[in-house]
Amino acid sequence: MSIIQLPSMISASPEIFLAGAGMILLMIGVFRKTDGTGVLSMATILCFIVAIIAGFLYGGQENAFYGMFITTSFTQFSKSLILVGSILAVVLANDYMKTEKAQRFEVPVLILFATLGMMMMVSAGDLIALYIGLELQSLSLYVLAAIRRDSLKSTEAGLKYFVLGALSSGMLLYGASLIYGFSGSTDFLDIANVINEQKDNLSLGILIGLVFLISGLAFKVSAVPFHMWTPDVYEGAPTPITALLAISPKIAALCLFIQVLIGPFSAIIEQWQQIIIFISIASMTLGAVAALMQTNIKRLLAYSSIGHMGYALIGLASANEAGISGVLIYLAIYLFMNVGTFGCILCMRRNGQAVEQISDLAGASKSHPMMAFALLVFMFSMAGIPPLAGFFGKWFIFLAAIEAQLYTLAIIGVISSVVAAFYYLRIIKFMYFDEIVAPLDKGLTKNLRTVIYGSMTLVIIFFLAPGTLVSSAAKAAKSLIGVNG
Amino acid sequence: MVQAIAFYAFAFVTIAAGVMVVSSRNPVHSVLYLILAFFNAAGLFVLIGAEFIAMILVVVYVGAVAVLFLFVVMMLDINFVELRQGFMQYLPIGALLGLILLVELFFVIGIWSFLEDGSMLTAVIPVQNITNTHALGNVLYTKYVYLFQAAGLILLIAMIGAIVLTLRSRPGARKQKIADQLSRRSEDILDVVKVKEGEGV
Repeated sequence: MSIIQLPSMISASPEIFLAGAGMILLMIGVFRKTDGTGVLSMATILCFIVAIIAGFLYGGQENAFYGMFITTSFTQFSKSLILVGSILAVVLANDYMKTEKAQRFEVPVLILFATLGMMMMVSAGDLIALYIGLELQSLSLYVLAAIRRDSLKSTEAGLKYFVLGALSSGMLLYGASLIYGFSGSTDFLDIANVINEQKDNLSLGILIGLVFLISGLAFKVSAVPFHMWTPDVYEGAPTPITALLAISPKIAALCLFIQVLIGPFSAIIEQWQQIIIFISIASMTLGAVAALMQTNIKRLLAYSSIGHMGYALIGLASANEAGISGVLIYLAIYLFMNVGTFGCILCMRRNGQAVEQISDLAGASKSHPMMAFALLVFMFSMAGIPPLAGFFGKWFIFLAAIEAQLYTLAIIGVISSVVAAFYYLRIIKFMYFDEIVAPLDKGLTKNLRTVIYGSMTLVIIFFLAPGTLVSSAAKAAKSLIGVNG
Repeated sequence: MVQAIAFYAFAFVTIAAGVMVVSSRNPVHSVLYLILAFFNAAGLFVLIGAEFIAMILVVVYVGAVAVLFLFVVMMLDINFVELRQGFMQYLPIGALLGLILLVELFFVIGIWSFLEDGSMLTAVIPVQNITNTHALGNVLYTKYVYLFQAAGLILLIAMIGAIVLTLRSRPGARKQKIADQLSRRSEDILDVVKVKEGEGV
């Protein structure tokens, strides 16, 4: 009887820690019931912070679990973004549950497990690991979207998300099984070797599998033509959950997208580049045009996030170092703009009820000058007006596209961002130039204020010191391209 | 010889039980026949040396799925007589589908036996002289420990989700509180009253 050695798992320590902590928190929650919600939220945030630190201490050393779990500077960077996004979402959710008096201790725990799933996705070095991470994330998010089970809209959102998410998982699995069948392995390195060998004479099975894999992943980043679930789910889910959906899973899915396409499929770049170019153009255009008609601000942000994913995909389509680091910078900025905007939406309450129409913001500059100013900053930033952070995100992306000689893509991107500016400016017009119809409630909680003003400050002062972010994103992109290219 | 007898016995009972599942009038009997069919299928798996799948079949299908069916049949008020009414009407299309499946089966077996290196396509039997369960356990807890644990987490989330979305606390419901029952003393609840004759309480 041979003694089997334990696989190396030191670089997975943030994930292992989060999994263990999640189960302990669940136990605490079960015994303390709903009055433990605040404590659990704090504990969850603490766990996320520990995971970030552990990621920097132990990540990037070696691959864990026989190559199924990859850590590089790229995964470290994207995991930090995901964790920051989740921390802010927990803050918003805790605040929301307090004001709505709908406390459920499962919310922070489910966010923790969803985040764990995202981190596992980003680190996946194997098709099965990819799928399992994705499912862990999705399953937690389905439950979170439907968490207000007495509200018709929330349950509808949860159900729609679940059905369409299951469909996309099915497509992804089908693609993965084809790739496995025709390459003989689920391991990314082995797949890369097989593809490198048959570069000029690629088997049709791998190609079709790749198309299905891309479709499944496009579903998760809600890129056109797989976007139809986004507006309904965003509108129906409770606002802080919408904030979470708009941030962390998008970052995770996009990083996974990059990891898969630049990883095992880097040799057949000309095969997938055209698909990415198409979905990027379609997302940007639809995100810009469809949002023009929206009256509900959460639906509007759904279309806006579809558009943003289109811009980020330009970076992937460029498939060079500048493109990848551009995507990472874009995602980092996108995170703070979105968190701030959703914080502002959470302030929109009238007579104790949450309101979501854009017209409800009329005259907000007089009743809520600070909140209106913050929203103005976020909207200008999303529209890409210098010197706010959003401008630089787009700048790096377009620069990468031009470097890769994708001029059409860059031009369409600029045009659609001009169109999109219209609806961002429309919100500002409501706040600053319209008369108050019925004033919104006064008073922001301390946490909400911290989140809104904190992200506003970051968005404003980004241009003073972009160096840290840009250099660490460049380092992350180098780690990815360097290995595979 | 013994194997052949066992095979035919298992196969015959499986098919007979399958026929009874669709044809018996009482739905509870159907489910019981289904369980019988599962057990015999498990016997067939044992015969071809797949003892792990046989045990899984019994544990999962008989233990969980069939019991779930039984619950559905007994708890829900479904009129099975009405459901069965279209049986003759759907018989032709059912027969057609069965025929297509049969033809496909012949194709598969035919191609298999005419293929020159068809035997190459069968699964490689590992050289070590160990059981299936042992072989699975060897990789499940070592090579695939990451996926195994992560799959466990997914099941945990599924359970949390089911509880979060469906469990409701009903304030009016009466529950048994054993601590209360035990701490109850006769002095608190019993009054001993002396009743005079002819007067009542």
